[in-house]
Order: sequence, then structure tokens, then C-alpha cells
Amino acid sequence: MSDTAFASRLPTALAATAEPAWVRRLLILTTLGLLGLLVLAPLAAVFAESLRNGIALAVASLGNRDALAAIRLTLIVAAVSVPMNAAAGIAAAWAITKFDWRGKALLITLIDLPFSVSPVVAGLCFVLLFGANSLIGGWLVAHGYPIVFALPGIVLATMFITFPFVARELIPVMTEQGRAEEEAALTLGASGWRMFLTVTLPNIRWALLYGVLLCNARAMGEFGAVAVVSGKIRGKTTTMPIMIEMLYNEYLSVAAFSMAALLAALALVTLTLKSALEWRYADQLAATHRH
Amino acid sequence: MHIQIDEIAKHFGPTAALHPVSLSIPSGALIALLGPSGSGKTTLLRILGGLEFPTSGRVLFDGQDATGLTVQERRAGFVFQSYALFRHMTVFENIAYGLRARPRRTRPTGPEIDRRVHKLLDLIQLPDIGARYPAQLSGGQRQRVALARALAIEPRMLLLDEPFGALDARVRKELRQGLREIHDATGLTTVFVTHDQDEAMELADLVVVMSMGQIEQIGKPAEIRAKPKTDFVRQFISA
Repeated sequence: MSDTAFASRLPTALAATAEPAWVRRLLILTTLGLLGLLVLAPLAAVFAESLRNGIALAVASLGNRDALAAIRLTLIVAAVSVPMNAAAGIAAAWAITKFDWRGKALLITLIDLPFSVSPVVAGLCFVLLFGANSLIGGWLVAHGYPIVFALPGIVLATMFITFPFVARELIPVMTEQGRAEEEAALTLGASGWRMFLTVTLPNIRWALLYGVLLCNARAMGEFGAVAVVSGKIRGKTTTMPIMIEMLYNEYLSVAAFSMAALLAALALVTLTLKSALEWRYADQLAATHRH
Repeated sequence: MHIQIDEIAKHFGPTAALHPVSLSIPSGALIALLGPSGSGKTTLLRILGGLEFPTSGRVLFDGQDATGLTVQERRAGFVFQSYALFRHMTVFENIAYGLRARPRRTRPTGPEIDRRVHKLLDLIQLPDIGARYPAQLSGGQRQRVALARALAIEPRMLLLDEPFGALDARVRKELRQGLREIHDATGLTTVFVTHDQDEAMELADLVVVMSMGQIEQIGKPAEIRAKPKTDFVRQFISA
């Protein structure tokens, strides 16, 4: 009798960290429920709303001149700011993880600043700094290079907002990997540049890719800071998120939701791309990461 | 190659890792730098390899001042403590790395690199592991691959930082013999760092006992056992 009672307790006692089945089920259901409510349902609603009056109307609403200009502007802003932030992120992560210097702690705090400052405030700062009434901005406008209410301002604001993504992904990976492999490359005669290309970069490529994808998603979706610096000039400085808000405020809901669905689709494409790459290089990942 | 260390000191900020130390390493010798952690032995090894630069003093290779030579110019075969194999490359590519990194003028051709890598794989008695990744090797195999990679550049000297530190006792004994054989076969001046006095005494021609950034005693293993110069040496080797 006592034997069977003992035996029935065995399966749950196999691992000290294993929770009872009902706890596990509760955790999984809570997570799935929240994901469904907060992520999947809104996403589905956006696509459903944009297609409510048929796909032809949705596509047509994206085909007008202003909409196309917004799509083009968003892609240009991402294409400029993401590579620049990737390079800046690698440089910052390198400076923080590969050698010791005074002010390192300050740099780490500064990298996080864009996460804690409201995007609207960031936008206003750029207007103050580069607006036509400022010292720098006035001079630049006089020489025909306006920053605010023009492409450079939008790129600057986007770079500010998305600066932390790449560096934040790289710093833990580069800290964990240490300097030994790079030192080994140098003792084997590699130049600093060769060491970077053949040892550092391959070792951080997955973190870098993930950082770049996050950075890209945010760069295309940024609203607050861009809304302030762009001046919302229709067809000229409106990016997709700003265009969506304008259309929505004008009760053009099919156009607004079609644009929103397209923006969401762009984000989904980047996520799919990441999963596809992970699947394609699964064996390589397994071989190089043992934890 | 004869290595002369002449009054080398190293400071990290306000702390002295090495007080001025001097040491002459005869060409072709197998030398152990023996001491507890924090004794400055690894710092001294890294200075020889060009990974750190001394605050003062000189390093001479065959009588030539080598203090200012860059790490690449040193041509030291360096084996790191946890081997530092390139985890995203196969064993073959790891060993070929130094040859491929050479300037075009002196770079061997593809077939020649192939031949040399296979020769080194034979030397470390692991002829069939070229296609594997470091993560798929045992600790002992990794150490031997690291040794082969260091030898591939035809180094002027061999520097090893705790080469047996990460291995279990049985493998450690085996690989000690392996290092001795490779040293005798290549005739390279070899310096290895260890905190294990058995290892130093058994393997080295000459043992340099270090403590607190200073050299306590230099001598043949038998000499150090028979006549420890300082209290520290006596205590350390009887521990």
C-alpha cells in the first residue's frame, strides 16, 4: 500500500525544479491568452479592417501619390539609419566590452537614454538644436541644407530612437566571448581588420542580425520623434506611421488600415526572415553555441 | 631562439603586476613559470608574446631588441588557457588560419596549406578530425588542436598559458608527455605557465618560481627541490 503511494509520487519528484502539472498549464495558458489578446487579436483586426471593403480598394488606397511617397520615405529612412546604427552599435559595444577606460559606465547609461526619454521630447530637442531659429539650423538653412522638416531631421530622430538596439544585443554576447579568440588571431599573424572580419564578426553575427532586425522594425514604425521633426508635410515628410495617423484623423479608415496592415506586414517579413535564417543555419548554430 | 628578459616591469594603473624581473632562456629550452595566481607569471608570458607591453625594461630575441615588436611580428606560437579555438571554424580552418593570414607574397598555395595542416594533424595524432568543430572535441583534443594551430605559423618560440589547466588528471599526464615530444621534435624554445608544481618539475628543463610579481628562484627541478632558496619556495613546492 505504502509502496504504490510512493511510486505514484515518483514522476513529479524526478526533477526538483519541475512544477506540478497544473502550474505549468496555468503559466502556458496565461501567456497564450495574453499574447492572443494583446498581439494576435489587434494584428488580425488590422488586416480584417483593411480588407473589409475588398482587397482591390485596399490596394488602390495605397496606390495614390501621397501614400507611395510615405512608403518610399519610410524605406529610405530605414535604409539610411539602420546601417549607420549597426556600425555605431558595433563601435559602442566594442568600446564597452573589449577594453577598460574611464567613463565606460557613463557610455552604457547614455546608450540606454533613448529608451527612457520620451520620443516627443527627443524630437523637440532636435527641433531646438537644428530648427531654423537655432544657430546651427539657421546657418544650414541659409546654405540650403534644412535639417528639421526634411529628410535629415527624420533620419536623425530615427537614429536617436533606435540607437540602443544593436549595441544592447551585442554587449552581452561580446562580454561573454571575451578577448581570447581575437588575441589568438593576432598571435597567428592576422591584422586587426582581418581579425575583426574573420573572428569577431562571425562570432557576433546572430546577435547583430537580431539587433538589426529590431532596429529596422522600430525605425519603420517610429512615430513620436518623427512626428515632431518632420512637420507632417503631406507627400514630402510623412512617413508611414504619420500618414496612418493623418488618414485616421480624416476618417479615411480603409486607407488608414491598409497602410497599417502594410506596415505590420513589413515587420512580419523581417521576423520571418530571421526565422528562415535560423532554420537554414540550425546546424551551424548548434555547433557554435554549446549553451 | 634565445630569449633575454631584461629588467621587465609591468604596472596596471597603481598596482605592480611585475617588479623588475630578469631572466635568460637558453635556445631550445623547455621552461616552466611556476607560481600561485597573481604571481605575475601570465603577465610575463603575455609580454613575451606581445599581448601586453612592459612599463619598463627590454625583451631581446637572439640578442636583438624585440620590446617594440607587435604581436604579429613576434611570431610566437601561443596556446591560450582555454585554447581560444575559433568556434565557428572547423579544426582544419583553425589550423590553417595563420597560413591564410599571411601576406600574399609569403602565403602558401592551397594544396600546400592542405598538406601542412594534415602534417600537423598527424603530429598531434588526430589525423581524422579536420572537419569537426571545436565544440565537438574533448578537452584533450582541443588542447592538441590549439598546439597544432600555434605550430602552423612556424613560430620562433612556443608560449603556453596553463596548457593542462582545464583537463582531468588522466588526460593531463598523457598530454604532458605529448608536449615534451613535440618540444623535442621541433626544438622550439618553449615557455609554459603553471600553478602545478608536479607539472613544472616533471616537464621542464628549468623552473622559474614566481610570487607577487617577483622571481623567487630559477633552477633545474632537482636543484629547486634540494635547495629551495626562500621560505616561499620551500612552502610552495611542499604544498
